Amino acid sequence: MEVFNPNSNVDFLRLRKFSIAISALLVVLSIVAIFGKGLNYGLDFTGGVLIEVSYEQPVDTGEVRGALDEAGFHNALVQSVGGAREVSVRIQPQTDDKGVTKKSDEVAAEVMKALTAKRTDAKMTRPPDFVGPQVGEELKSDGIVAVLFVIIGIMIYIGIRFEWRFAVAAIASEIHDTLITVGFYAITQHEFDITVLASVLAVVGYSINDKVVVFDRVRELFRSSRRAEPVEVLNKAINSTLSRTIITALFTAITMVALYFLGGPVVHGFALTMLIGILVGTLSSIFFASPILLWLGVSKKDLMPVTRENPELARRP
Amino acid sequence: MNDFSKWKYILVAVVLVLGFVYALPIIYTPQAAVQISASHGATVDQALKEKVLGILQTKKITFDDVELNGDRILARFPNTDAQFAGSDALKTELGDNNYTVALNLASTVPGWLRAIGANRMPLGLDLQGGVHFLMEVDSKVALQKMQQRYADDIRTALRNAKIRYESVNPSAQGVTITLRSEDDRKQAGNAIAKDVNQPEKLGDQPPMELSDAPESNGTFPIVARFRDATVQATAKQIVASNLTTLRNRVNQLGVTEPLIQQQGTNRILVELPGVQDTAEAKKVLGAFATLEYHPTDEVTNPYEAERTGNVPPDSRLYHMNTNGPDGKPIPVVLKKKIIAAGDELVDASAGPAPEDGRPSVSVHLNSAGGKKMLDFTSQNVGKRMAVVFIERTTETKTVDGKEVRVPKVTEQVISNASINGVFSNRFNTTGLSSMKEATELALLLRAGSLAAPADIVEERVIGPSLGQDNIQKGFRAVMIGLLAVLIAAALYYHVFGLIADIALILNLVLLIAVLSIFQATLTMPGIAGIVLTLGMAIDANVLICERIREELRNGSTPLASIRAGYEKAWATILDANVTHLLAAFGLFAFGSGPIKGFAVTLAIGILTSMFTSVTVTHALVNLVYSGRKLKGLAVGGGYASGAH
Repeated sequence: MEVFNPNSNVDFLRLRKFSIAISALLVVLSIVAIFGKGLNYGLDFTGGVLIEVSYEQPVDTGEVRGALDEAGFHNALVQSVGGAREVSVRIQPQTDDKGVTKKSDEVAAEVMKALTAKRTDAKMTRPPDFVGPQVGEELKSDGIVAVLFVIIGIMIYIGIRFEWRFAVAAIASEIHDTLITVGFYAITQHEFDITVLASVLAVVGYSINDKVVVFDRVRELFRSSRRAEPVEVLNKAINSTLSRTIITALFTAITMVALYFLGGPVVHGFALTMLIGILVGTLSSIFFASPILLWLGVSKKDLMPVTRENPELARRP
Repeated sequence: MNDFSKWKYILVAVVLVLGFVYALPIIYTPQAAVQISASHGATVDQALKEKVLGILQTKKITFDDVELNGDRILARFPNTDAQFAGSDALKTELGDNNYTVALNLASTVPGWLRAIGANRMPLGLDLQGGVHFLMEVDSKVALQKMQQRYADDIRTALRNAKIRYESVNPSAQGVTITLRSEDDRKQAGNAIAKDVNQPEKLGDQPPMELSDAPESNGTFPIVARFRDATVQATAKQIVASNLTTLRNRVNQLGVTEPLIQQQGTNRILVELPGVQDTAEAKKVLGAFATLEYHPTDEVTNPYEAERTGNVPPDSRLYHMNTNGPDGKPIPVVLKKKIIAAGDELVDASAGPAPEDGRPSVSVHLNSAGGKKMLDFTSQNVGKRMAVVFIERTTETKTVDGKEVRVPKVTEQVISNASINGVFSNRFNTTGLSSMKEATELALLLRAGSLAAPADIVEERVIGPSLGQDNIQKGFRAVMIGLLAVLIAAALYYHVFGLIADIALILNLVLLIAVLSIFQATLTMPGIAGIVLTLGMAIDANVLICERIREELRNGSTPLASIRAGYEKAWATILDANVTHLLAAFGLFAFGSGPIKGFAVTLAIGILTSMFTSVTVTHALVNLVYSGRKLKGLAVGGGYASGAH
């Protein structure tokens, strides 16, 4: 089975002005959404009100979630607490019409009203409790330091193994991919919790992996071909890695689809982010990273002296 | 083909055998059990085992076996219902005072595996249920304690040097000492520098910076300011001592495999698997109880002080925990000086007092506390000494429309007794109303007392059914995702696809083995990490297969194509994986539970996948194709021509 024409020679870079324009538009949209609309942070970030409810007859958590959804409490976290008759409900801090945060008691009363409307046997077992956010301030600042550390680390590695233009192109596309992935959450207002944060960072890992494979071929082609016209080399590199790019994306996506549909609500956001990240990361390798490389003026001359291969590293396993 | 040396085959075989052995424990599901351990002076022996057997038999509770294991007894049950019934029966019969009866999950991993350190991966709370608390240490209290301690030391130093002083009071991040003359100030400065402001360790800086403040109204103040390093060191020490104390307290609850770890600078994460009752756990974790021994101010009339509010500066008005004839708590005035505090307490146990049989708590102090007690009691026999019981709980209050947790401190004098003799580190505290109260107080004190209280800022209960549900869903997602990839790879790359499939399964085995060796806790995000790793691990094989196809297209012979395919793909695989690994390391810095579990899985998965996808598949390819005359390779894409 050969799905892709091995001799394909699509001129991807002919589309570069168009593709970069789309990328730029998406990035701007994402930034506007992230800073304008903001993210719909999950309970991990915001904290919330914890209410424990017991029913006389066994209850399904889906049923409770449904009742809350109807009453306008979206993203409530409903968990069964031992047994089938007790559930704990966590609700994000609610604000009234004037934007003032409601008290736990008020929120609890509204929740109980919504629940008893559906099932009269619902009872609150103890006073509502306010729970703090899991993501502390220091964690947020640590996170920023971590991201900077990762960016610098990757830049240094690619700078040494390839050349600075590759490092710049890689990081630019990383930022591009991350912004669009996070932007998706800002635009759709899907809940952004700590698992989604983890998956955004996993997207960075996936995406850099994809870029490096294309860059690797670019480097190889520059070195092996005698007449190395940058546009031709880049197009050839994209074409010859195209089947790998798509197959890997598909295989990874298969597992994430399984996780999305079968893994349960906890990993739902994770799988969704990865699917978006795989799509964005794959497209940006072709339509964003390579044009940037071209514009930075990558050429055979620049590549030859810096990339003196370390025989130890290139050795086969 | 000779480009794959013998030692590489041996390496692959050894790694895989080890991988299977260490991954094996995953198939042994832990069994519902109840653990009985001695909490106080009681012995766990054959007789107790017989008693446990007897209780379970008379109550007709089905159990698998009861085993005596060192200092504890483990009763195994076929299901959780029997486990709950068994735990209830044993709790009632054996009593909480002498034995701790706790729900437990007993390992069913065979002894020979455990002997070589092969254990099952512990499951996170989200997979087995339990309670989760996040506690925060109040750093303000730490500063207050430091001010108190240094103020006491400075007063003693000045008295010993016979320097008259006006006052020694806490001030911003330090202590201010007020003296009456320039000369006194000079001497006081020297005395403090010599006796108090000494570095704790050689090479350290002194804990405080001393400076003279301008003279005003005939007073000559010295400002002693704690260095930032001192405050930080103290805070660190407090969190560390909190960790220890919390561990002791959790042991009191009898929870097995609790997770207690520092998070950030001043937070502590406590996870108690299997516990479902937050109220009980909170009572022990959240309440902060300590004792302070104060000399009683016998000069000031407490009723007078309560009415007028006039209390001497070195004394304070407290109330007893019992009511007087007027129906109000009895007031009592105590000196501010602390003779000994809760953090100097080693042990406390409840029992009838030897003298009168009334409920009492027998207290054991450490040597520092004991010495202070000896110093004090030897000069004050016949005088009175009071015990202040300080309990701290948190309440949720609404301030300016925002909900904040407010610590509520209750200070009560629980005894105000005369000192009957000189004693040091062992004595009895009496004045408790009932044996039950004595037991409760002893429990909290025994668990240790915290140098600074930790407030619960977050709590969460995860039901065991939810955990079961998560495991099943996670397992199904891994299996179906894996199966889909296996089929897709075999269809697309034929024999090479099948070889990649074997490598992928081996990768899963190795990943589980390494995670089990490190005893990494398996969580739901961790399972997501496993799925993602497997999906991406196939990338290396895709790279290799595509390269081999390219080589075949360019007209190379099959064996040369394999060789060139692996050779050329390796550089790419290395670069791609190193950068991916760098990104995975970044995740570690997020330190928090769910992300960390995911990062560990991802990082280990990248390393194991490099081994299985490249080295293992290369070995397999060589086994399949070496020494044969080949016309083509079954790598898919129309290049399979009569290889078999």
